[in-house]
Amino acid sequence: MLAKRIIPCLDIRDGRVVKGVNFLNVKDVENPVALAKRYSDSGADELVFYDITASFEGRRLFTDILKKVAESIFIPLTVGGGISTVEDFDRVLKCGADKVSVNTGAIDNPRLIGEAAKRYGDQCVVLSMDVKRVDGKFMVFKKGGREYTGIDAIEWAKRGESEGAGEIVLNSIDTDGVKKGFDLEMLSAICEAVNIPVIASGGAGNIEHFVELFKNVPKVDAGLAASIFHFGEVDILDLKKELRKNQIEVRL
Amino acid sequence: MIAIVDYGVGNLFSLYSSLKSLSLDTVIAKDKETIEKADKIILPGVGAFKDARDKLKETGLDKVVIREAKEGKPLLGICLGMQMLFEKSFEYGEHTGLALIKGSVVPLSGRITSLKIPHMGWNSLDMNFESRLYKYVSGGEYVYFVHSFYADCQRDNISATSFYGIDVTASVESGNVFGTQFHPEKSGIVGLRILKAFSEIK
Repeated sequence: MLAKRIIPCLDIRDGRVVKGVNFLNVKDVENPVALAKRYSDSGADELVFYDITASFEGRRLFTDILKKVAESIFIPLTVGGGISTVEDFDRVLKCGADKVSVNTGAIDNPRLIGEAAKRYGDQCVVLSMDVKRVDGKFMVFKKGGREYTGIDAIEWAKRGESEGAGEIVLNSIDTDGVKKGFDLEMLSAICEAVNIPVIASGGAGNIEHFVELFKNVPKVDAGLAASIFHFGEVDILDLKKELRKNQIEVRL
Repeated sequence: MIAIVDYGVGNLFSLYSSLKSLSLDTVIAKDKETIEKADKIILPGVGAFKDARDKLKETGLDKVVIREAKEGKPLLGICLGMQMLFEKSFEYGEHTGLALIKGSVVPLSGRITSLKIPHMGWNSLDMNFESRLYKYVSGGEYVYFVHSFYADCQRDNISATSFYGIDVTASVESGNVFGTQFHPEKSGIVGLRILKAFSEIK
């Protein structure tokens, strides 16, 4: 059967890996190529690279880093950050990315999803959503979680699927960086609304949080995290062993 | 030398890099002479069957690949490249393939229910017979899939399946012609072992 995926996310700024707590107080961690290699060796199923500054500063992704990673690591790579045109897709795909994640760019121009899906296939387009509770409703934010859009997250997920997105990364701003577990309620709501893979992001603090995620929201396909892997708080191999012990199918 | 057939479909960067990482002499082949000179051929492919088939035809490389394969040169089709090895595909209509292996390419939808399509992610291999492609790989190991259509062919040609509601054809072979529905170049160390085994096939 299909295995649940564990995906470390590398937020990149100025060629370095960083991870914010609630998107602020960003701390420098490590060299992305070395870190990616370490993750791949320890059993990561996929890697996500976000250029976290690109979205609001209009910066170009550091494609040379991506290329270096793609030359030495042979697992699926997703790239995001500042993707706002089909040409942006082209640029990162040529450097070895397998999937491209769109966030602010798709909110500003929802047709981007369909255009890219048509050209590169649905499986290539990942809709990344930063979502936060506002007056009891799940609402979409853009520009790295800084700007309120007024868009309902459930509606946006459905729209993304119908436009041709092949996958959704749901990042809960409410739980991101807090390390008290994934946002199970928000994830359940999105999983019920769409029939494409959903990747959980935001809130993982320990191994138990992943077990809890896959047990409570069985429709979730993957768990994504950054800092707990970067700082060595959770070892991916240990995590996968524990998941298997809990009858959750993983690639070991 | 391994020739990766470049007919303008998809990205060959990862496949090329993975073969290079195994220190294998590899070229990206856009012309007939390079394919003829090589001692092994890899036919990659992503996207829609018809587009890829049309492009391969336009370049004229389809004839070379068919001829070389029929003369006994080891050929490995990957993903859509594997699907093109068959007689026909029912992806958006009915289209003819290279007909190197008997069978056709059919949609997963309708055959599996309550599972997401595409079949995307890591799935484990169930071996059907001992294949030279799996010299360094055992049953139960995981490989990476992304596809919505699969090969419906004779059991004798299926070297491995993966369970996704049904037994999905994971790899096929007929003599010196091999195909993987999954992406060895994205399947980590297991994928590299498969590519290495292919490179050693005589």
